[in-house]
Amino acid sequence: MSALIETKGLTRVLPAAVPVTLVEGITLAIGAGEFVAITGPSGSGKSSLLYLLGLLDKPTGGSLAIEGRDIEGLSERERAGIRLATLGFVFQFHFLLPEFTVRENVEIPMRRLGHLGAAAMRERSTELLSALGLADHLDKRPDQLSGGQRQRVAVARSLANDPPLILADEPTGSLDSKNSDQVFAILDALVRERGKTVIAVTHDTEMAAKASRRIHLVDGRLAES
Amino acid sequence: MRLILALALTHIRGRGRQTLVAIIGVALGVGFSIAMAALMQGGEDDFVARLVDTMPHVDITDEYRNARRQPAQDAFTAAQIAGLRPKDDRRGILNPTEAVAMLRAWVPGRLALSLKTQGVVRYSGRDVGIAIIGIEPQAEMKVSSLAKDFRQGSFTSLIAGGNNIVVGDRLAQRLGAELGTTVTVVSSTGQSRAFKIVGLFHTGTTARDEGEGYVLLKNAQILSERPNAINEIRLKLDDPNAAPQVARRAEAQLGYKAMAWQEANESLLQALVIRNVIMYTVVGAILLVAGFGIFNIISTITHEKARDIAILKSLGFTETDMRRLFLLEGVALGAGGSLVGWAVGFSLCFALSLVRFELSGAAVTQEITHLPLAWSIWHYLIAAGFALVSAGVAGYLPARQAARLNPVDIIRGAT
Repeated sequence: MSALIETKGLTRVLPAAVPVTLVEGITLAIGAGEFVAITGPSGSGKSSLLYLLGLLDKPTGGSLAIEGRDIEGLSERERAGIRLATLGFVFQFHFLLPEFTVRENVEIPMRRLGHLGAAAMRERSTELLSALGLADHLDKRPDQLSGGQRQRVAVARSLANDPPLILADEPTGSLDSKNSDQVFAILDALVRERGKTVIAVTHDTEMAAKASRRIHLVDGRLAES
Repeated sequence: MRLILALALTHIRGRGRQTLVAIIGVALGVGFSIAMAALMQGGEDDFVARLVDTMPHVDITDEYRNARRQPAQDAFTAAQIAGLRPKDDRRGILNPTEAVAMLRAWVPGRLALSLKTQGVVRYSGRDVGIAIIGIEPQAEMKVSSLAKDFRQGSFTSLIAGGNNIVVGDRLAQRLGAELGTTVTVVSSTGQSRAFKIVGLFHTGTTARDEGEGYVLLKNAQILSERPNAINEIRLKLDDPNAAPQVARRAEAQLGYKAMAWQEANESLLQALVIRNVIMYTVVGAILLVAGFGIFNIISTITHEKARDIAILKSLGFTETDMRRLFLLEGVALGAGGSLVGWAVGFSLCFALSLVRFELSGAAVTQEITHLPLAWSIWHYLIAAGFALVSAGVAGYLPARQAARLNPVDIIRGAT
């Protein structure tokens, strides 16, 4: 089975008077159904790597392929298309749109993709949010929810277009332990039950320990653990 | 696209007060431009209407557009002839009966013949030079605007027995004459006749009120010793705008110079064009200022919504989507402002139409006038169109910036 995401010598250097190397020479392959934890000290390039994998940032060297498709040379529009259909993001902060209800937030990626009709989108958003225990909060606004609830909405949104790959940047970083466990359990269930691939940047050693694979970064380089 | 629109409207609604200010800015711009355009256009229409009203639409005189070639010039084509004494042409429009019949056959309107000659009015020791104009009262009534300006008597008073004349009130004043006074008219050929003043007119134009006297055509022909001659045919058309075509055709047919009112007033009409250019410049400037209001609010929104932009981009929205989003916000503000502006403009026009003021000048009885306003759907469409374009431009600049925003910078900044 070919890797879902594959990198060869992936490098990102910030151009400056004194160039700053964020990540360097990352070569790895991640297959479907893996739960990968990226760990490492602060400033080791964990998040930078995740943004590169998520096509939010462009590498300055090396290659990256998602679902066997080389990313280099793709237009901005094509990269956005991959983010829309193939990738789901969960950030440390929920990053929900404050003016929209919980349900609308989940439906925005679906509407952008435009594969489903209004009724089908409604059904799917209800289903996703109910599965995450948010059935009673569909029409609330993000600021009426607790931190854990918001983060679960963000997870639901990342699943909106049923992407095979979820990228999480410190998904539990701003949550208490009870909510952390809950969010982790959800991500874990996605991998086990629905065959998703999750790549999570984390400080949380407990979470990292439970992952199926750990990637340790030091100074922007791989230090496989 | 509907999603982008929903996002745009949400952003705008989220900034109630600023949105209101931007919309009011555009609305005032649009409203004032509409009112101003209505005033300027109304003034112009009023001016042209007065002009068209007081003048013959086409004036055919016994002149030629180019000096006539002399027979000698035609006889010796190759020779250079200098110091040639021109042949004395018989003055006036030759064969007026035929000319009039030809014109009557196709001219859409009314026409009047006249013979204009120079003369002097003499009364109580005073001599005043005037233009003596011989007319046919019935036809003249239908063509001349003077018919409305009579203080006493009218053109038809000329018909009643004896030699009669109508003059301007200022001329009568200068002579010390009044209605019923008999004055002596001496023509340039030396003919002298006594005429009784049977009518006084007042046009408001001193040159006419002081310098014109109307007599029967027959009397003018006697005074100038040119029996059956006329030297002017004036046309009043059903459609004043057709004057240039009619003039061209009449000139081709008769050979005499036929001048349309547009040609006669070319410089005035040009001045109106300049006035319009000034007006549109000012209106454009007003809307440009309104555009800055929009620029300001959209810039603010893009700064405040940087996080939203990052989120949307991470979700898979393209740069084009982002550009459209903020462009749409600008256009939405422009459209909202235009709609309110239409209402403002309409109300302003209505208010202006209620303004009345009194015009009073020397020797003019007080006239109550109100502002001439033109109502045209184009004023509304042009103002709104300009507002939308400037709103689009004002939205585009920050929109481009928003689209270029790198989501990573925002996400890093927030975490």
